[in-house]
This record gives sequence, C-alpha cells and structure tokens, in this order.
Amino acid sequence: MSKQSTGLLGWIDQRFPLSKIWNEHLAEYYAPKNFNFWYYFGSLALLVLVIQVITGIFLTMHYKPDANLAFGAVEYIMRDVPGGWIIRYMHSTGASMFFVAVYLHMFRGLLYGSYKAPRELLWIVGMLIYLVLMGEAFMGYLLPWGQMSYWGAKVIINLFGAVPFVGEELALWIRGDFVVGDATLNRFFSLHVIAMPLVLIGLVVVHLLALHETGSNNPDGIEIKKLKDENGIPLDGIPFHPYYTVKDIFGSVAFLVVFAAIMFFAPEMNGYFLEPPNFVAANPMLTPEHIAPVWYFTPFYAILRAIPPVAGSAFPGVLAMGASIAIFFVLPWLDRSPVKSIRYRGGLSRLALTLFVISFVGLGWLGMQPPSDLYTLWSRLLSVVYFGFFLLMPIYTRVDKCKPVPERVTWK
Amino acid sequence: MKQIVIAVLVLVWAPLALASGGSATESVDLDLHNKASLQRGAGVFVNYCLSCHSAKFVRYQRIAQDLGLTEEQVVSNLIFSDAKIGDTMTVAAPSEQMETWFGVTPPDLSLAARARGADWIYSYLKGFYADPSRPFGVNNTQLQNAAMPHVLWRLQGVQELVDGHLELSEPGLLSEHEYDELARDLTAFLVYISEPAALVRFSLGVKVVAFLLLLLLVTYLLKREYWKDVH
Repeated sequence: MSKQSTGLLGWIDQRFPLSKIWNEHLAEYYAPKNFNFWYYFGSLALLVLVIQVITGIFLTMHYKPDANLAFGAVEYIMRDVPGGWIIRYMHSTGASMFFVAVYLHMFRGLLYGSYKAPRELLWIVGMLIYLVLMGEAFMGYLLPWGQMSYWGAKVIINLFGAVPFVGEELALWIRGDFVVGDATLNRFFSLHVIAMPLVLIGLVVVHLLALHETGSNNPDGIEIKKLKDENGIPLDGIPFHPYYTVKDIFGSVAFLVVFAAIMFFAPEMNGYFLEPPNFVAANPMLTPEHIAPVWYFTPFYAILRAIPPVAGSAFPGVLAMGASIAIFFVLPWLDRSPVKSIRYRGGLSRLALTLFVISFVGLGWLGMQPPSDLYTLWSRLLSVVYFGFFLLMPIYTRVDKCKPVPERVTWK
Repeated sequence: MKQIVIAVLVLVWAPLALASGGSATESVDLDLHNKASLQRGAGVFVNYCLSCHSAKFVRYQRIAQDLGLTEEQVVSNLIFSDAKIGDTMTVAAPSEQMETWFGVTPPDLSLAARARGADWIYSYLKGFYADPSRPFGVNNTQLQNAAMPHVLWRLQGVQELVDGHLELSEPGLLSEHEYDELARDLTAFLVYISEPAALVRFSLGVKVVAFLLLLLLVTYLLKREYWKDVH
C-alpha cells in the first residue's frame, strides 16, 4: 500500500478517499499489457458521452422545445448564435460517432469473449447502456422537428400500438396526444436532456465499477490475475495510469481527427448523419416519400420489416425486433466454448462471427432502402443468419475444436 | 477554392439520391467563394423570388457581412420593403392570399438547397417549358405540375418539351449562356443561405484538423516514451 499522504492531500484523504479512488481505479488498477486497436473504443465512447453532454448543455441554452419554434430554434443556433453551428455539428456528429464507438466496443466483446464468466454482469450493464443510448438517440432525433424527426417518431411510436390489447393506450401514453405533437416534443425534450443522460451516466459508473472488480479481459482471453508476482501484482498487468492513460489520449486525438474531419468537411455525411428531408420543417399533412431511421437503427428496422404481419397485426415484427436486441443479454449463457478469445477458437466460431457481421451490416443497408420484394427476401435471409448466430451458439461453440490457450499473454 | 467545389458536390450528392424522379438532373459547379456570383444571385433572388418566397431564417445584415457589402448597399439594393437591416427575409403578401393565387403557399427557401440539393435547384430553374394545360401555362421537368409560374421567362424565353428534352422556341432577353450563368448565381446564393457557416467551415476545419494532427504526433511520442518501460 502507498504511504500516508501529507499536506493538503493528507487533509483531504482523512475526510474523503481521494488517493484511494485514484489508486484503485487508475494508478494501481492493473490492466493486461496486450490491449490492441479494439480496446480504444471503450474510452472513446466515454469521450463522446462527455462531448454530447457539454454540447448538449449549450444547445439547451438556445433551443425551444415548442412545436411552433423548435425548427426555427435549430436554424437560429446554426445562423445567429456565435459558434452555434460548431456546437450543433459536434452534437449531431457525436450522435452517430457514439454508435460507431459503441458498436465497435461491442464487437470487441464478441471477438474476445469479454461477456463470458466472470464478466456477465459487466456485459449486461453494457447492454443496458446500449438500450438507454438508443432511447436517448431516438428522442434526441425528434427535437430538430424536421420531416424525418416527425415521421420517424410517428412510425416508431406506432409500433407500440401493435402490442395486443394495450397497444393503443400505450402509444397514446407515450405521445401524450393522439398524434405526435407539441406534448410529444416536450416530453421527449425532458427525457432527452434530463432523464436519459442521468441514467446513462449512472450506468456508465456501474459499468466501470464492474470492470474494475473483475479486471479487463484481453485479446488472448486470459485471466491475468491467475499469475501474480510476490507483491500480488499480475505478471502480465501494467498500471492503467500512466500507461493506458497516455495510450488512450493518443487514441482520443486520432478519433478527434476523424470527428473534426466529418464535422467540418461533411457534417451531413452524405445524408447518413443528417438526412436531407430533415431540413424541411415537420408537416403532419405531408408524408415523406420514404421514411428511414438513421443508420444506427436500420439493422433492427430491417428485421422489423422482414417479418410478415400475422392476422393483420405487425406485432410479430415488433417482437422480432425486440428479440434481436434482447438476445444480446443472454449471450454469456449461450456461449459454451471453453475459451474466450476468437484467437483460440475453431473455424465454426470464426465462421459464425463473420456471418453475423455480414448479416448486421447487410440488414443495416437493407433498412435504409425503400421496401421491395427482393429486399424483403434478403432481409428475411439475413434475419435468419442474425438469429442463427445466437440460437445455434450453444451447439457450434461446444463442438468447435479449440486451440490450447497459452499461460501468458502474447505480446510484441 | 477546389475544396469548396468538392464539398458542395459532396453535399449535393446525398439529396440527389432521394430527390424525386423526373427527367435527368443537370449537375452544377458552384464556387461559394465567388462573392460577385453570390451578389448577383442575391440580386436575382430579391427581384424575382422574394415577392412570393420568404427566406425567413436569413438576415439582411448577415448577407451584408458574408457577401462583402456595406449595410447601405444592402438597404439600397436588396431591400424593397420596409424591412430593417437586422430583419430576416420575409414576404409582405399574406400566405392565405398566395394560397388562393397559386393553390399552395410558396415554400420558404432558407433551406431549399439543403433539402433538395444544388443540382435539383439549378435544373428546376432551367426546367420550365410551355404547357397550356397548366394554370400559368408552364410546367417543369424537375417537379411535375409545379404550381409556380416561370417568373424568369422574359429573361430565358419560352422552352418547349420535344421528345423528352427542352428546346428554346422563343428567345428571351438573355442568351442561353447568360441565362445559365444567372441560374448558377441564383443557385449559389440559395446554397449559401441554406448554410451560411459553409463559407467558413472548410477553412476553419483545415486549421482544426492540422492542429489535431500535430497533437496526434505529440501524443504518439508521449505514448512511445512511456511504453518503452513495458517489457
């Protein structure tokens, strides 16, 4: 243990565990030394969260959550507020980049089996963060009050109407009105700027506490705590601070280069980050030709559209969409492989993960397209692949031929 | 200059994919740093468009700043109503009245270029042709059965739609080339008002990215220095 601190720090330490927290979570938190590229995205997601909170605070100073004023308020920020366009583009780019970071972070978990024992709770908390993030993004997207904001929200809220018996009541309760309107905008604003961020930050703290309890996984899927030196320090571990703080600072700057390039040179990202119809104010009387959610929701939207209605009810599709997200929660118990990392798994696991990535990206693309028979067929096929990855996992991970896992991490 | 052109093309590509069908859209090369072109476009806009179409998010003062004009120049050349320099570009005629004239309220044009794309607007300005079946005697290749009369017809002349392409049947005050230039100036102005920040976005972006790249080098060296100890 470190020696007793003196002076101001000593005074504080007697009253608040400052040094203790610093040591437990940074200076004496031992992380495996073999983290690779994929291990940047956790800290990057945290960075985007901070960007979103700070830019969000400034946007809230100028935005008006009123159906008659909202669209103009965003344009006021873009034109009349000094530096307003920078703040707004940071926030709109940040929304998409949040999902980029989170999807790559989740993929890292799939690659190296980070959800497996003893990290099941860590994974579940991460999934809860993802769920809240989806809600946060969905509600935030209504606020600019453009055509896509309006009609996207209308389509998604109507899905709740497909729930048997209570559906209509439920949709009405969410909207606060019989149509998406001022009441909906007000409550979405409240949830977007207060409720969701509060829950999100709380869950992120829980996620980090759970991580620091179990210790980080690594690309080899080895528990570094198994081999310790005489001081009880893992042989393959290095203190998070300073080694991973300097590494993550480097990663953050690299990420910010991409972030800034998008923000300044292509804030619309060809219509993927800011959709062109959203530059037209919401008009309840005029349905856009083609309603598509923003890219990060499209894989699930494609699954929703792939399922044919049963007896005139869209509920099976809604169920399938819900299941496509919910199934991630039970992933730790579907995987029966004796090893964690893809590096030591056999061909079946590799094939399954590859097919899953193809289905996810493919469904994402299909979810943006206008419906057609051919696309529906492809969506169904890829939906089967998507669910197959999870439902067949107990089988293929058990019969798969694994390679022997080394004692120590592979490094350099 | 080139960056602006490339960026405008990028900005325009996406809306195109979503723009409604109809005849082929002609692509337009814009240079938002050509202030003379933007000034001419502003002149056309206030003379021919602003009587019906508002640009309610656009302030005259901002136009003066961005287009390199004095406030006096803007007041005497671009403001025909009793609007003040700090006002936005609104329309005097009430929208109900215009709805009875045209059947629809002419849309606000503040964001038209971002919603439709520059190419669409350029092609729309060039796409009017004589069609006696329409209330104002004209139709448009970009927007079938557009409610708008061809307010620039004296300048362009009259076009006929022959086997799917447009032919000038009656010349206007401007030559074909001059009209193309006018349509291009007006399109550039509409692109500018749809995102005034675009004028500074690129140059600021280059500085920000350059700074971040320098910082990237420094943080890389810092990381390497620390990680020398890890064996």
